[in-house]
Amino acid sequence: MPKVTYRLADGSEKSIDVPVGWSLMEAAVQNNIDGIVAECGGGCACATCHVYVVGGPELAPIGSMEGDMLECTAAERQPNSRLSCQIKMSAELDGLVVQIPDRQT
Amino acid sequence: MSESAPIVVVGAGQAGQQLCDSLRRGGYEGRLVLVGDEPVLPYQRPPLSKKFLTGALEAERLLLRPESFYEKANVELRIARRVTAIDRAARTLTLNDGEVLAWSGLALTTGTRIRPLSVPGAAEADVHYVRSLADGEALKARLATAERLAVIGGGFIGLEVAAIARELGKQVVVIEAAERLMARAVAPRVSAFYAELHRAHGVEVLLGTGIEAIRGADGRHVVLTTDGREHAVDLIVAGIGVVPNSELAEAAGLACHNGIVVDVHARTSDPAIVAAGDCTWHMNGFLERDIRLESVQNAVDQAKTAAASLLGRDEPYRQVPWFWSDQYDVKLQIAGIGMPHDEAVLRGDPASRQFSVYYFRAGALVGVDSMNRPAEHMAARKLLGQGIALSPAQAADPAVDLMQIARG
Repeated sequence: MPKVTYRLADGSEKSIDVPVGWSLMEAAVQNNIDGIVAECGGGCACATCHVYVVGGPELAPIGSMEGDMLECTAAERQPNSRLSCQIKMSAELDGLVVQIPDRQT
Repeated sequence: MSESAPIVVVGAGQAGQQLCDSLRRGGYEGRLVLVGDEPVLPYQRPPLSKKFLTGALEAERLLLRPESFYEKANVELRIARRVTAIDRAARTLTLNDGEVLAWSGLALTTGTRIRPLSVPGAAEADVHYVRSLADGEALKARLATAERLAVIGGGFIGLEVAAIARELGKQVVVIEAAERLMARAVAPRVSAFYAELHRAHGVEVLLGTGIEAIRGADGRHVVLTTDGREHAVDLIVAGIGVVPNSELAEAAGLACHNGIVVDVHARTSDPAIVAAGDCTWHMNGFLERDIRLESVQNAVDQAKTAAASLLGRDEPYRQVPWFWSDQYDVKLQIAGIGMPHDEAVLRGDPASRQFSVYYFRAGALVGVDSMNRPAEHMAARKLLGQGIALSPAQAADPAVDLMQIARG
């Protein structure tokens, strides 16, 4: 299974095996990773699963809905900001590293 | 009761799960018990009328938290069990298997249940509803083989099911008693947009049409409508609203009126008992009036307030209500409560399937419906939440940058 590393706001790190087809948000929630709120459950409707992509393979470009929602994150949007519910896991994304911001709401 | 008696949360849905989480985050270290009558851990309900029906989302992915969350947070689960009575004087409650639990604090997050169709023949017919995971599983299985379905009720649930059914290639008729779709939630302009959207996708949309009776059973049904027509279908899905589960609270002598009555701190008429989520008739600090809301936002935010109250903290519930609905490739996002209003202002072009409607009451912005305009939705939540003034003229003017106004 492809691996994703989550860097938490407290500085700790967790590497998780993520099933292909799952979103980064789902994998975080189902592994008790703190700091991914995901109020809407992955509907690209709430902007509370914000992450910064800090390492690993290149991702597909940001969709227009996701791009709009990223304008409204609680922590500041950076060029590497993504919504983790919109990143679907694939074998190519093995080794991805994301940083979780200090707040989502 | 002794200090070691647990806090008991009755109802294992979104609000119940949030309460447990918030109590632990808030520093509560005592015993914590979560009781739920469904045979599963707390899960997300919204996908049940959406993506879940396509089979693209397994049940395990609906869980709000994995089982390990409850172990780590030391939440004692009483799953597939129901509370049958609350004794407020003794501070105990009784479960359907006879267990008696003492409590030091009590939270009621009992949710709602579907309102069943009451027309002749409905009880005998195989009518599907969408509320529980079991409902979703049953409907998903039937949808796989059905060819023609009748959706009774043109609200969020019915329309989401209709959209998924069309995506699966089924023939669909939507039958709505009111003159327009989602009439309780949105303005006529938005209703008209959705009627057109569904028709463009091949759905037969009948408005101002009631159900006379349903004939048949076991997947061979005829739905008789008030316009005299007969619709032969092999699947019936009804989404005609829900009723709050307040009987337990009522039997315990708590004030109830279209739900469990709570104040802005989510306290019931007994200050030792809080309630949160779909089941509450609550004083909404943002709206400054009593209301019952059925939404994820209400469940989450009111549960946080309820947890704070149980911990002796003062965190009144005054978050901006928000909702969403996915139908085809259109995401509807609602901020605030636009109904009733005295002015509705259109921004953008409905033909582009990207537009918003801004609702004003007495000159003040009260709600915004956005279709595929997520940035406007988020801006609207900021405008409403921070009480930033916006005029109808500004809302209508595409040259005005609403995000900038929202940033203050």
